[in-house]
Formats: sequence, structure tokens, C-alpha cells
Amino acid sequence: MVAQNTVVVEHKRPARSTAPAPRTPRGRRAGRTPWLYLAPALVVLGGLLAYPIYQLGLISLFHYTQAQVSGGEPTTFEGLGNYRELFADEQFWHVLLATVLFAAACVVCTLAVGCALAVLLTRVRAVPRLALMLAALGAWATPAITGSTVWLFLFDADFGPVNRVLGLGDHSWTYGRFSAFFLVLLEVVWCSFPFVMVTVYAGIRAVPSEVLEAAALDGASQWRIWRSVLAPMLRPILVVVTIQSVIWDFKVFTQIYVMTNGGGIAGQNLVLNVYAYQQAFASSQYSLGAAIGVVMLLILLAVTLVYLRLLRRQGEEL
Amino acid sequence: MTLVSRDGARRVNPVRRFVRRPGRLAAEATALLTAAVVAFPLYWMVLSAFKPAGEIESTEPRPWTLAPTLDSFRRVFGQQEFGRYFVNSVVVAVAVVIASALIAFLAATAVTRFRFRLRTTLLIMFLVAQMVPVEALTIPLFFLMRDAGQLNTLWSLILPHIAFSLPFAIWMLRGFVKAVPEALEEAAYMDGASRTRFLWQILFPLVLPGLVATSVFSFISTWNDFLFAKSFIISDISQSTLPMALLVFYKPDEPDWGGVMAASTVMTIPVLVFFVLVQRRLVSGLGGAVKD
Repeated sequence: MVAQNTVVVEHKRPARSTAPAPRTPRGRRAGRTPWLYLAPALVVLGGLLAYPIYQLGLISLFHYTQAQVSGGEPTTFEGLGNYRELFADEQFWHVLLATVLFAAACVVCTLAVGCALAVLLTRVRAVPRLALMLAALGAWATPAITGSTVWLFLFDADFGPVNRVLGLGDHSWTYGRFSAFFLVLLEVVWCSFPFVMVTVYAGIRAVPSEVLEAAALDGASQWRIWRSVLAPMLRPILVVVTIQSVIWDFKVFTQIYVMTNGGGIAGQNLVLNVYAYQQAFASSQYSLGAAIGVVMLLILLAVTLVYLRLLRRQGEEL
Repeated sequence: MTLVSRDGARRVNPVRRFVRRPGRLAAEATALLTAAVVAFPLYWMVLSAFKPAGEIESTEPRPWTLAPTLDSFRRVFGQQEFGRYFVNSVVVAVAVVIASALIAFLAATAVTRFRFRLRTTLLIMFLVAQMVPVEALTIPLFFLMRDAGQLNTLWSLILPHIAFSLPFAIWMLRGFVKAVPEALEEAAYMDGASRTRFLWQILFPLVLPGLVATSVFSFISTWNDFLFAKSFIISDISQSTLPMALLVFYKPDEPDWGGVMAASTVMTIPVLVFFVLVQRRLVSGLGGAVKD
């Protein structure tokens, strides 16, 4: 499935793959050597990535529950039956909508915070810059699971400092659907803005200073400089961080799983990833879980294809 | 900490030059305040790990403690087999880092220093592979590991993590391998070096910094993983890893916050150390991966 789609991409621009040939003098005599070097990677990826993807697709077409796993009953081919069941289930659509909205909110907040702080970094002297960089590196390095427990503790109804400072008494953040999502969003933004900040900051530093000086001499405001000069010049970098964020935030698992205790009260905080996991391993509906996995895979594949198109339009050479 | 001043020491910061002084003070105050907010959760984690039980379970939490204690850490390390979990985590992470670095180095060399059919197709497939939701593959991987008889072994964690960290590692290493001049390669062959000799004795040491930066990502994703540990290590808990040990203290209804915070601290520190050690390379590496 993956291979097919990439082939489609290939066909649109057949010239690309052959154009840059003369760059490596030894290229013509390469022979089998590159394949020798690639062999370990291809074996590992084939066995533990491509094959499981194929299996995932296969399982989603069968009736596969605990009875089949323990080997008692034969597996029966269901065709698209699992998908039909899934699409007829109202909860699936609820979860899908929640996933898209939650991921979108995370991406927007992460990018806004990351870009704003990157610009801020260019305007301060070494000490505040170092402080902010160090703090960001700390947040970046924190494992998702410890980050989740720490944020839960900060917002704990009884012993957390946040409720104390805000005077909220014993308000529970994980009880309501939106406040629970909000809490997870805070944690996700906290641990993912550093990547955006560091990358965009590196990008801004690479912009020639004459350009910025010219803009300033023409009387452009800071906001104007960002919008009309920096943002267009940083476009390639912004595309990369946006797509990366979309992909990461769409796949958020640990934070939701830990902070809302496996999807919240009555599954109110489920996202696709956790939903698939719960269907498979908690309810033993392996085939339904696999079908959800396939849906996720297809959505992310669509995002990736958009990404590839943008990269190619920018003329990036692979 | 040269993260910031790497190439900027000589050059005057372009934006800063035309910012008026009061504006800069406000900006610096904002930066410091933001740094404090961002660092606060980590501070609170370490602080709570050292607080005595009475102060943690207090409805008047204070941002300091006058009676630091190692009680929580003692509880964490006293927990059955915690040391074992730690060692397991280290073994898995180190195995994944080394294996994926070597495999990715070879693959990145192949796709940057050779021209061959399907090269672009392969590169696109590496890119696409990065997007695959790892969690969705838990189901087929579970069956794969079961059929291979590897459930409850560390292999069931090591092998999938190598596979999942490879695409990004290859993608990121490309920039580093590309940066080594062609002339050097030609000169090496001129002097009679074989391809293998060039690969390991010349290219490898030159790419090593990039390899270290790449390792951060495979290290972190492996060290942090709790889904595979939860799904594949089902009955033999002596093969479990740190995240599972942390969750022992985290019972949704009455979590032992002191234990959770101490275990979190123990789990976070190795990553922090690793990050700080390689941070400069990390930034240049990201630059290479993002735009080369």
C-alpha cells in the first residue's frame, strides 16, 4: 500500500530521479555496493515495519477476537465487515472528530508558542536566551510518561499547586471532557514547542541581516517584518515543523493514556490511537482495533503525500 | 552551553540591532518569565521527590522544603526489582542506539554517496515510514512476537524500536554524510584505500558527531516507550522496563505522588544528561535534516 502510493508520486515527476546523476563520480560504477549497505536497513524495515503493516491490513479483514487468538476457533474472512461495523458506530465518529480537533488545537498552540519564542530569542541577550533554551531543552528531554504524571500532579485537585494559586479549591481537571483535553493539551504543547522553537530560531539566524535591516529602514514593524519578510523566507522550515507537529500530535498516545487514565470517564477523552489500543487489548476486538489502525495509517499517509508535494514544489532535492 | 552562540559570536544579532532598549528589557523579562514557567514542572518534580510525605500530601503546597528526605527514593529503589527494570531499560536503549546508528550509517551512505535506480523511491519510502503510527502496529507486532516466541523478552522491545527509529535516523544522517567532501573520498581511493576502509576509517569518524545527534532520538523514543513494554512484557515482569515501574506508584485513585515523582526523576535524569551532552550537535543536526 505504501509502495504503491510512492510509485504514484514517482510517476508524476519522472525526471527527478535521474537528473542529479553526475554529482558523484563513482556513481556509475556503484554496482551492488549501495544495496549491500542498504541490506541491513531493508531487512529490519521489511520484517518489522512493512510486514506488520501488511498484517495489520490482513487482521482488519478477518474476524479476530480472543477466541481466535487462543487458537480455539478458526478465523473467518469478513471482507470489509469490520470497517462497516466501525463506520456504523457512532463512537468512532465522535473519537475521530475529537482526534482531529485535539490534534489541530495542539498543532496551532505548539506552532504559535514555538514561533513566538523563537522570535523572542533573537531579541534578547545571552543570559535570558540561555535560560529559555535550557528550560526548553529540559521540557523536550522529559519522557512523555513522566511529563504526564508531573502535569497531573501540578493540577491535582487535592495537592496540586495550580488550584491553590488560582484559588479553585478542589476542582478536578480530569473530570470534565474539555478541561481534561485542555490539561493534556498543555502537556503536549509543553513538551513539543521546544522542537519548533529551536528549529525556527536556527532558521531565523540563517536569514541575511541585510534583508532585515532593509525592512527596518523602510519602517516595518516587528510584526510586519515577521509576516512579510521572515515567514516567507522561513517557509520551508515552517512546512517541516508544521507537518512534523501534525504527525506527532495526531498520534498522541502516552499523554492521553496516562493523564485521562486510558481515555477518560466513559471514554470521553479517547483519541484514535488510544481507541484502537483499547479495542484490541482491553476488549480483545483485535480486528476492530486493526481497522482503526488502518484508518489512522491512511489519514497520516494523506498528510505525508501533501508534505511530499510541498517539498517538491520547493524544489528540494532528495 | 554553546547552543546559542555557535556561529553568532562574531556576527551581531541581526534583529536585535534595531530594537530599542526598553523593548529589549521587556523582551528579556518575558524570556526569563517563560523560562521559569517552562522549567517549573521539572522543578516541582524534583522538589516533590525530596519532600517528606506530609508535605506532599498537604493542601497547602509550598514551593520549597525545609526537611528534604530520601524516603521517596528509598521506596522506589526498595520496590521489587527496580534495579532490574533500570538495567533492562538501559540494555534496551543502548542496544537500539548502537544497532540503529550502525544500520542507519550504512543506509545513509548508500543513499547519499551513490546514484542507483530506485534511490529516490527509497528515500521517499524512508520519509513515509516515519509517519507510520507505531501504536497502530502494536497489534500485528504482538502476534509477530508471539509467533516468534519473543514475548516477555527484551528482544520484543529492542527489535521494533530499531525498526521505528531507522527511517528518521537515515533521513537525518543524510545531511552529515553529504557534508563530507567528495574530494576526500577521491583522495582516499587515490591513496589506495578500499571502499570498506574508506567507509569505516575515514567516513565513520567524520560522521560520528551526526551519529551522536541522531542517537538522541532513538534513545529517547526507546527510553520513553511504555506501550510496547506494557503490551509485549505481559507475564514476566522481571523483563519490564522503567515506565512500568513508574506506573506501579501511579494508581489512578490514590497515587503515591512522592513515589511517582521520585521514579520520574530517576527516569528523566539520564535523558537530560544525554540531551545536554549532545545539544549542540542536535541543533546543527536538525538544521541538516530540515534543510540541507
